[in-house]
Amino acid sequence: MKKTGGEIIWECLKREGVKHIFGYPGGAILPAYDALCKYPEIHHVLVRHEQGAAHMADGYARAGGGVGVAIATSGPGATNLVTGIATAMMDSSPIVCITGQVGSKLIGYDAFQETDITGITLPITKHNYLITRAEDLGPAMREAFWLAKSGRPGPVLIDVTKDAQQASCEFDWDEAEPGHRNCCLAASSAAPQYSDALELINHAKRPVILAGHGILLSGAMHEVRAFAERAQVPVAMTLLGIGSFPASHPLNLGMMGMHGEAWVNTAIQEADLLLALGMRFDDRVTGNLKTYAPMAKKIHIEIDQAEVNKNVKIDVALIGDLRQVLGDLLPRVHAGNREPWLSRIQELKGDSAVRDIQNLPDDGHLYAAHVVNDLWRETGGNAVVVTDVGQHQMWEAQYYKHDQPRTLITSGGLGTMGFALPAAIGAKFARPDAEVWVVAGDGGFQMTMAELATIVQERLDIKVAIINNGYLGMVRQWQEFFYERRYKATPLYSPDFVKLAAAFDLPGAAVRQRAEVVPTIRKAREHRGTYVINFCVEQEDSVFPMVPAGADLHAMIRRPSPLVETAQDL
Amino acid sequence: MTLVVQVENKPGVLNRVASLFRRRGFNIESLTVGHTEKPGVSRMTIVVDTDEAGALRIEANLYKLVHVQRVENVTSTPSVFRDLAMIKVAATPETRAEIMQLTHVFRARIVDVNSESLVIETTGAEDKIDGLVEILRGYGILEMARTGRVAMTRGPRPEASANASGQDDSLEDESVSYSV
Repeated sequence: MKKTGGEIIWECLKREGVKHIFGYPGGAILPAYDALCKYPEIHHVLVRHEQGAAHMADGYARAGGGVGVAIATSGPGATNLVTGIATAMMDSSPIVCITGQVGSKLIGYDAFQETDITGITLPITKHNYLITRAEDLGPAMREAFWLAKSGRPGPVLIDVTKDAQQASCEFDWDEAEPGHRNCCLAASSAAPQYSDALELINHAKRPVILAGHGILLSGAMHEVRAFAERAQVPVAMTLLGIGSFPASHPLNLGMMGMHGEAWVNTAIQEADLLLALGMRFDDRVTGNLKTYAPMAKKIHIEIDQAEVNKNVKIDVALIGDLRQVLGDLLPRVHAGNREPWLSRIQELKGDSAVRDIQNLPDDGHLYAAHVVNDLWRETGGNAVVVTDVGQHQMWEAQYYKHDQPRTLITSGGLGTMGFALPAAIGAKFARPDAEVWVVAGDGGFQMTMAELATIVQERLDIKVAIINNGYLGMVRQWQEFFYERRYKATPLYSPDFVKLAAAFDLPGAAVRQRAEVVPTIRKAREHRGTYVINFCVEQEDSVFPMVPAGADLHAMIRRPSPLVETAQDL
Repeated sequence: MTLVVQVENKPGVLNRVASLFRRRGFNIESLTVGHTEKPGVSRMTIVVDTDEAGALRIEANLYKLVHVQRVENVTSTPSVFRDLAMIKVAATPETRAEIMQLTHVFRARIVDVNSESLVIETTGAEDKIDGLVEILRGYGILEMARTGRVAMTRGPRPEASANASGQDDSLEDESVSYSV
């Protein structure tokens, strides 16, 4: 079957099961866009900035479990994808990005809108391709999808010259099947040390499971739960691990690390065994490595060999797919009774009474934690919540209890502000029946708020909660704690978000009192379509507890009790 | 640490490998690349200043590159290490004979003779070349080019299994192999 390069792109996407793609046309990708006319089954979402396209593809992948696809033109179109690609790389999100490139004869001559996007994205993709011949497109497309999903998932970029899109060649789907690759597979040829791991697990007195994103990527939620219940091991989660274990489960501890609950970090520091499942001991999780979990043996179950012994010295590493490894271990794990350890953890929880912010009387201040907690109650914990980056992100992680996998979508590794709104659009396409909420700060929201236009054009139903404190809140918090409150460049002017929404023909409301929170959330949920709520919250509230960067994990800054006096009180 | 890396000979593969070292904060001391016995496969010998843990990190990360087929850390495997150097030395009629004699001692070769200079070619382990360079320095080294280390483990080895790590190549054939 003879096809142009442009047609091959869509033919491959169609056969990969892609129904939605996110993109922005331009000169060097026009032949491909023209060919899209022949593929009405593929829905193209016109974004307002290519960064949004990459985040949408990312959100699509994270919410639905498939591969997200973004498409852009050469030069600035391609470079605008970069932040989104790096975000996907750090969080192991499978996306495929297709970029146009100037004609192959012009490469290297600084042609209009030429940029070396394969060079630029080399360290932030699993792999990338520069395709100059139509014949090479099919195999590259198929391999790109395979690579994006295989092993530890991640982004793959295909840069296609304009002439390769225009040229015709024979295309055969079966012949384009990728050959065997041994990359992305475990480098270790050693037999899994199951017996060593079992020995440690079965004899541990104070074990803690560290549940990471790998559980979601591997689809090992059931195995993790069965394992935890059988061995009676409490489960602490990384930010991206939230949803991998039900928050309402009695063995759930909550989020660990810099803004983890005090009892979680203390439990890790007191543990005699850490069972790290699909997580990578990020510095935000460990704090000072020298004093991290000093009494604990460490078992690391991980698909990426390069993560083992990277930050934390591991006693037993099991390299492989988490679901499979846990499945192998499960029948050989002794049913545990770890009552003393679980009681100790209960005791630690009692130490954190001020954290129950919901029970605090309404003192006239609107706290973001209240907003998030009310949102959780009102949505029954069933919404897909897509956050931006900053204080609101941590409050979401602390106060919205996620029982289901893939219901918290957030930029963890790269910490990309501006992620929430576009990622939510991608999530909504992946799961059209899900209730999707954006929780974003006033800073991050303004980075990509142009995508409201995309929402309107696509007639999407996404609820937007802006946690507006008038500051770049997390940076302000660091200035408060570590720079003697010199709030340089953190006070932030924002437009009237309700009027802004109105400009997009979207309804909205501002909330300033606690009593207004629930009624407004209800109003938004009853509205069929997108609704924007501007929650004007306490300006100088901080996220507690906090482990300062590089400090010992148990050395947490705790919330002053009663709640911190604020500028308005003084 | 000396790593031998077999890669698919694809455009940009050198860049991908080198970029990985840079990205992960490792400094390459030398890197040689050339063809192998297999068509389409290139072989890199990379010398990097790091410890055992660092080498393991590099190895694991190299395996994540699509075009990398095999990585072997040969640092502590009995291996032949060779470097090739061309050294242009100032040579007057008075010093020429002396230099040629030294060259002979080092089993190096003279590949160019001129009224004012000599070009000496030598291969060997780095320390041998360093020794020759030291000796020649007194005569005035005008130019020098060194290839950097290439390495090969001693003895026959089993057909490269793509996923084997360096340590898996046992030293069973050690006894039949001698240094030259």
